[in-house]
Amino acid sequence: MTDHDHSRTFQPDHPEPKSDAALIGLALRELLIEDGVYSAEEEQAMIARMQGASPENGAQIVAHAWTDPAFKQRLLENAAETIKELGFDLSPLEFTVMQNTDTVHNVIVCTLCSCYPRTLLGMSPAWYKSKNYRARMVHEPRLVLAEFGVEMTDEVEVHVHDSTAELRYMVLPQRPPGTDDLSESELAALVTRDSLIGTHRDLGAQG
Amino acid sequence: MSDTDKNLSWGPHDIGGQTAGPVDRAEHDTAYWEWQIDAMLRLTMQKGLLGDFAELRDGIERLDPDDYENLSYYERWSKSLAAALLAKGVVTQQALQDRVAMIRQRQAEQ
Amino acid sequence: MTTPRYAVGQRVRITDRTPPVHHRVPTYAKGKTGIIERVCGMHGQPERFVPGDGKPFRRLYRVRIPQSELWHAYEGAPGDKLDIEIFEHWLEPAK
Repeated sequence: MTDHDHSRTFQPDHPEPKSDAALIGLALRELLIEDGVYSAEEEQAMIARMQGASPENGAQIVAHAWTDPAFKQRLLENAAETIKELGFDLSPLEFTVMQNTDTVHNVIVCTLCSCYPRTLLGMSPAWYKSKNYRARMVHEPRLVLAEFGVEMTDEVEVHVHDSTAELRYMVLPQRPPGTDDLSESELAALVTRDSLIGTHRDLGAQG
Repeated sequence: MSDTDKNLSWGPHDIGGQTAGPVDRAEHDTAYWEWQIDAMLRLTMQKGLLGDFAELRDGIERLDPDDYENLSYYERWSKSLAAALLAKGVVTQQALQDRVAMIRQRQAEQ
Repeated sequence: MTTPRYAVGQRVRITDRTPPVHHRVPTYAKGKTGIIERVCGMHGQPERFVPGDGKPFRRLYRVRIPQSELWHAYEGAPGDKLDIEIFEHWLEPAK
């Protein structure tokens, strides 16, 4: 194993892709680092920060909303400002929280690309970025939701949110029954990533 | 039942409402090179080489429709970013091609 | 910061046009009518971007459209809705 000096841009320990398009990206990266546009250290710090984001952040917000009605109210009225109370900030994007109720189920899609609140949910799942999800969720949401095991009667309205501009969304799922004795961190552990997107509704029925 | 015929959409990305198949729910780990592409997007914006994500989305929307269909998410971003930086003269086509060849050579030697 | 042209609850129509540049109105929404569900903030309009120089900022809204009005053979429930973000310069008052 050779020494790694600061100018090294090549990282032999990670498997590399072979496609033309991917190599164009990696070639570009090496040129930019060598030209001093950014450094390998800055790259690693950025990657570490992105990898550090996970749905646990969103779950933390949900659990806090479940236990603190005033926080929940502020969250629903102005999520962008309210999450700063917990140390999160998505500005200049407008973070927006949609609440599930007995009669409303919310689900999020970005039909034009795949906008997603990565800071709070981590990397978006492959299916969220997929053509099939993006094409179908707006016009046949109940069929797509059924593929995720989410079904409901017509008495529950399905609200689809197409993230077409500068808003980023998170669903506030309903608190499952029988959880009055749980601590905030225990509640957060019940929250699934999919429930924050809307492809999971009933957190009480796990598995 | 979809009202949006492919011919009516204004780009390969404008697909809301189209008929499509079942959603593949398989999870895929993000490969390290994909994190590197993502970091590159953010750092080039941070360093002022790019205006904002609108510029990149525009590049992706202008990709050849076959590219849009067949490339993976980060492959599309790679091509869009390369096109944007080439247009701005931050890198040259020759330098990019030479580097791709160098990387292939390096991979062959491993 | 400008005064919003539209208010929550107002009926609006999404303009049906296709400029030859990046814009963020999906074809399925063009020409459709809904109500203003939310008045959002000022954001840079997608159609023009000037690296590093800022760009015109416009008021953003969320428009709520019943699914039954969006798709002529919608098979979900009558109460289903779709909410979409549209900039002020893509909206016009509707009857």
